[in-house]
Amino acid sequence: MNPRTVCPATTEMLKVAEREGIATAWDRYDKQLPQCGFGELGTCCRNCLQGPCRVDPFGEGPTLGVCGATADTIVARNLDRAIAAGTASHSGHAKHLAHTLLKAADGRAPDYPVKDEGKLRAVAARLGIAAEGKTTMELAKAVAECALAEFSEKESPLAWVATTVTKGRVETALKFGVVPTGIDSAISEIMHRTAYGVDADPINLLLGGVKCALADFAGCHMGTDLADILFGTPQPVVSRANLGALKVNAVNVALHGHNPVLSDVIVQVAPELEAEAKAAGASEGLNLVGICCTGNEVLMRHGIPSATHSVSQELAIMTGALDAMVVDYQCLMPSLSTVAECYHTKLITTMPIAKIPGATHLDFHEETARESARAVLRLAIEAFKKRDPKRVNIPSYSHTAIAGFSTEAIVGALSLVNKDDPLKPLLDNIVAGNILGVCLFAGCNNVKVPQDSAFLAIAKELARNNVLLLATGCGAGTFARHGLLTPEATNEYAGPGLKAVLTAVGQAAGLGGPLPLILHMGSCVDNSRAADVAVAVANKLGVDVDKLPVVASAPEATTEKAISIGTWAVAAGLPTHVGVVPPVLGGPTIARVLTQDVKGLFGGWFIVETDPAKAAEQLLAAIRERRKGLGLT
Amino acid sequence: MKEIFVRLDRCVGCHSCEVACAVEHSAAKSLFGAIAETPVPRKRLYVEYALERKLPLLCRHCEDAPCVRACRTGAMTQDALTRLVSHNREKCIGCWMCTMVCPYGVIGRAKEERVAVKCDRCPERDTPACVTACPTRALVFAEEEAFAGGVRRVAAAEVVQGYVTAQTV
Repeated sequence: MNPRTVCPATTEMLKVAEREGIATAWDRYDKQLPQCGFGELGTCCRNCLQGPCRVDPFGEGPTLGVCGATADTIVARNLDRAIAAGTASHSGHAKHLAHTLLKAADGRAPDYPVKDEGKLRAVAARLGIAAEGKTTMELAKAVAECALAEFSEKESPLAWVATTVTKGRVETALKFGVVPTGIDSAISEIMHRTAYGVDADPINLLLGGVKCALADFAGCHMGTDLADILFGTPQPVVSRANLGALKVNAVNVALHGHNPVLSDVIVQVAPELEAEAKAAGASEGLNLVGICCTGNEVLMRHGIPSATHSVSQELAIMTGALDAMVVDYQCLMPSLSTVAECYHTKLITTMPIAKIPGATHLDFHEETARESARAVLRLAIEAFKKRDPKRVNIPSYSHTAIAGFSTEAIVGALSLVNKDDPLKPLLDNIVAGNILGVCLFAGCNNVKVPQDSAFLAIAKELARNNVLLLATGCGAGTFARHGLLTPEATNEYAGPGLKAVLTAVGQAAGLGGPLPLILHMGSCVDNSRAADVAVAVANKLGVDVDKLPVVASAPEATTEKAISIGTWAVAAGLPTHVGVVPPVLGGPTIARVLTQDVKGLFGGWFIVETDPAKAAEQLLAAIRERRKGLGLT
Repeated sequence: MKEIFVRLDRCVGCHSCEVACAVEHSAAKSLFGAIAETPVPRKRLYVEYALERKLPLLCRHCEDAPCVRACRTGAMTQDALTRLVSHNREKCIGCWMCTMVCPYGVIGRAKEERVAVKCDRCPERDTPACVTACPTRALVFAEEEAFAGGVRRVAAAEVVQGYVTAQTV
């Protein structure tokens, strides 16, 4: 039997879970097995009350739904709805930041100053918003209003797509009629066209999905831009990752979810409550740690250590040392409250759209952000007093992790090598073959894959072959927990060409050693940062993104957000690996289009491969094919 | 000898048993592999719908099985000891006598060949695939006595409850 995880801290905590008789996601997965074959194949349709309809994959039973929908139609509709859900998640996160920025600009949310004015001006300039004569807050207001206008249906393409991609991509999107003119309208259009008796053409449905996925890209990019404006653009920062980041003598507070809008403020006010934490008996005061992408946001900007990620989130509570878990939204297992009930841990929900039965809910308002943040931390300090020292089990594992590689930080590091033309060293090394290509690792952990195993296997193989590695989301979290975001990992795993380049840049940046093997670019919305790097390289080379030796991989994908990101990555022209079989194989045409035919339309395609070794081979083959296309050896 | 029993009140009509049956009788023995195979893997049990109820029908491996008696080529045989009714596709000529006499209608045919297919109770597995796949435990793999014993205990409790209620009124 496969192990549940290859993370040592998670392995240790799973033993505690077993001993204490507390069920985890893995136990619940076992109880779900075998899972429904129709669901696995995507051939179950529940979009009308005449259903549910299922199509028999073996052709003996029904081949059509009641309405006459084929397997391909049903699969395409289901895929589109997943893309819409992913888009709604990322753009909901971005919309929240846009409202926050607007309130800040209007003076209604004084706890949110513009932290990075340079980024504000750069974003405004990119959007074509004139800055002359405007105060910082007036400009912030203009950007926030432009952002909010993106959500309804406009007469023009989404600014956050049109101004962030290559000219070639815009032309391709226009050619196939997939240019979104509003984020919410794109989501709404998916719900319309997949409803009973609307779009039945599988290919047309897929193109609708691409359009929505481009709106998802806009949401991701907006999320990154606005968070940088409000909280600062990340710069390299050294921290730690894994459950060993919890401290026995501190009030431990985990920040879990996705949006920095509350978590960043919690980090800001924490020093004010140090004395209260110490007075409660915690000699080391407050210790904030992150989980999932909220964790990534505060790691990138403040060096807050990451405790754990994705499937192992429940185990943080089982250390018995976590006094509070503060959550915003997305990727929160409802089971957290059940696990928290077995300990003294206070689970605190903060968003009106994301409540969990059994949790304590504190409605968060941007208008009184610091006050809310202090209230959250005081609940944690209260909970600490009830901690049972006999039940504390903090695994000793944690690794150094260097994060904070925003696009600006990467360009900044490269400019230390070549001040006038920062991208030149990167391009020269790609052309020379010292760097074979670039791979972005993204996405989640998934209970169907031994946690972290696929990420680690593929990354090590690509690094050995001199592929420059970028990571976001829980993928970046995996690499952090396993010590791959370090110069030591570069020395151990990078091929000679890659090692030389990372060392040269690291030396120029004054690190006295190489850059980390994998560059942590942030949370899942921050996949936009990696896209920015690809777009900049493409523009510099004078080719479109679909010609670059750049690939993406989500080897342990879980969420609908991963599906929408994967779709825009393919539409951006990237060969995109998925290591968990998405529910599309029941539609033979859909499966073929996604893995083959789409290449002729957008240049990118899906590589569906559950075996990490074979996936690495296919990613390398895709990179080599692209190099050949550019005339590189 | 364990048999496949059906708890008639449990089936929700999800067809998971049928899918698992076909996958078990594929070369790949995995769903994603099986859907692309030729010959197309066939299921050997059938979720039916009657009088607003759903239930899986499958070979009961009857004593003195009519399909065995009707088979003119010796393809259909009943094991002397286990009483399992087996089908040998090499000897099958596709005359469908077995299909005509089966009182449950659970003898199907291969898609590409004129030969019958029926439940073999998954000889390579400890528990048949359909039983493992059933999310509501409508399918049970148990000795006849164990299954009947479980039913008896429930019935006994109901009888006693009825008696006690009658006494107290």
